[in-house]
Amino acid sequence: MKGSTAVRRSFSGPLGSLFVIVVTVLWTIPTFGLLATSLRPKQEVATTGWWEVFTHPELILSNYHTVLFEGGFGVSAGMMPFLVNSLAISVPATVFPLVIAAMAAYALAWVRFRGSDTVFFVIFALQVVPLQMALIPLLQLFSGGAHLGGLTIIPAVDLSGTYAPVWLAHTMFALPLATFLLHNFISQLPRDLMEAAIMDGASHFKIFRSIVLPLCTPALASFAIFEFLWVWNDLLVALTFAGGTPEVAPMTVRLAQLSGSFGGRWELLTAGAFLSLIIPLIVFFALQRYFVRGLLAGSVKG
Amino acid sequence: MPATLHVVASAGPLAASAWTDAGIKLGNSLGAIAGFLGILLLIFFAAGRATGRFAKPLAVLVMLGPAILLLLVGLVAPLVRTVFLSFYNADSDRSVGLRNYDWAFTTDSIHTVLLNTALWLVVAPLTATGLGLALALLVERMRWQGLYKSLIFLPMAVSLVGAGIIWKFVYESRGAGQPQIGLLSQLAVSLGWEDPPNWILSQPLNNFLLIAVMVWVQTGFAMVVLSAAIKAIPDEVTEAARLDGARGMRLFWFITVPMIRTTVVVVLTTVMITTLKAFDIVRTMTGGNFGTQVLANEMYAQSFTQFDVGRGSTLAVILFLAVLPLVAYNIVQLRKERETR
Repeated sequence: MKGSTAVRRSFSGPLGSLFVIVVTVLWTIPTFGLLATSLRPKQEVATTGWWEVFTHPELILSNYHTVLFEGGFGVSAGMMPFLVNSLAISVPATVFPLVIAAMAAYALAWVRFRGSDTVFFVIFALQVVPLQMALIPLLQLFSGGAHLGGLTIIPAVDLSGTYAPVWLAHTMFALPLATFLLHNFISQLPRDLMEAAIMDGASHFKIFRSIVLPLCTPALASFAIFEFLWVWNDLLVALTFAGGTPEVAPMTVRLAQLSGSFGGRWELLTAGAFLSLIIPLIVFFALQRYFVRGLLAGSVKG
Repeated sequence: MPATLHVVASAGPLAASAWTDAGIKLGNSLGAIAGFLGILLLIFFAAGRATGRFAKPLAVLVMLGPAILLLLVGLVAPLVRTVFLSFYNADSDRSVGLRNYDWAFTTDSIHTVLLNTALWLVVAPLTATGLGLALALLVERMRWQGLYKSLIFLPMAVSLVGAGIIWKFVYESRGAGQPQIGLLSQLAVSLGWEDPPNWILSQPLNNFLLIAVMVWVQTGFAMVVLSAAIKAIPDEVTEAARLDGARGMRLFWFITVPMIRTTVVVVLTTVMITTLKAFDIVRTMTGGNFGTQVLANEMYAQSFTQFDVGRGSTLAVILFLAVLPLVAYNIVQLRKERETR
């Protein structure tokens, strides 16, 4: 008998299984209640609990139409612009750090130069900095530029109303983790392969594009999924750098606002919340293995 | 009748303009990616032609330069500046020495914040890790274990804002006699409690109700990681112990626990770090009212609602100092584990 099985066997039994089933049910019911509520008519939601769907199944989709296009939350266009913003923020904020970190990781691993170990260690150590430490200065930088004495180092650029500050902030905050993870992978590539390519006269740029990138696809995929979900689910960076307007703010920001002010319209709030869950849930079920891998590696980020 | 027509008529163009808007925004965003990659390719093409002794420095500059520049501007400089700002007043124009820190440790409202944060820091990681460990041990031999694991792990994919809304609905409360629409209130009523309290408003219970959301999110994470660690215990070790007569709880305490000790500690500290930095749950569910404020949310409120940059920076520094040893320890452990593998 397998050793680890022996340990587990001594723990299994009808009581143990019952415990697991009870926890699973408890863990699932709240999300199911959210979905059920989002499919019920307004009047029903306001007067009876969602568990009534089992006895009076009357399900509609109009809440989703209302919350997406009509609003009713003081914004005429509803949630749709925010959903679009979430997507328009998340995709570039995943691609930018991925590419920049892959280049840095390659340079640190294969273009050896004096001090490259130190640089790698510093980037690695920057993982300890919480986002909160960077918010105020970065916001000041985006709105007012950087000055030392009377000297302007970085001029003020008006980026308000664009995605650029959010993209930039996410890219900056993702780099330590991304560089570290990809370096782990890229530095393990076979030395012979790299040396043969250099012998053939390939430049570092060519090696990076035609050998390194294709070979480290699994690592890139793991990090991409982790980062995409991180950005999609993020509230702190979005709230600070995108504000609350339909032009740039993502769904999380809008939902947090609604949760505070319109707690009463549960049929709309639950529909909005479920809309924001759909993409993470698809990613979760379709790419669970990569997702777990990325999650384990990235658990100290932020 | 005209009213209905009006609604139908206005929903059409609105929806249409929403789609146009979406097209423009997504187009912009894809354009930014294309532009970024295009410029990069051009630089690669140009820099790749360099030969001789400039080739290597140029490669380092082009490939490492962007990352270093972004990290300097986005993390290193802000880190130094936040520490600096924490010794200044609200508008950052007058040095106040340690007065902000004095404020943070002597004000009553901040005392509550620090106490709540400590409560989160103890209860959430211990509960999530304990539950996760129990589940990891129990689920393995069950039929359809993949299903149970997926469903328990699922909240990890959900945003903390989403989790907050899901649970706010569970805790929703109506006055006595009215039909309840929140699950918890309904459970209380059906168990014979005629007038259950408004959960979110009842202190100090509400703190635990918010912490429960974090436990809901993190338990699956603990379970998956610990489950992997248990599977990695070498068979010879358990087999030897069994031959020596170890069974059941003895096997668990003297073999399993020591073998996965490092992983348990890493899971505990990881959940602690997440708990310390997360402000989304409190912000979504109570906005920090009713005695539920925590450090991360107070930091945000001081900086961006009160616009007191000095106090906000001070709280950020305190948060950093609290997280620092945990993250450092965690990184060292993860590194050690990776080396031994």
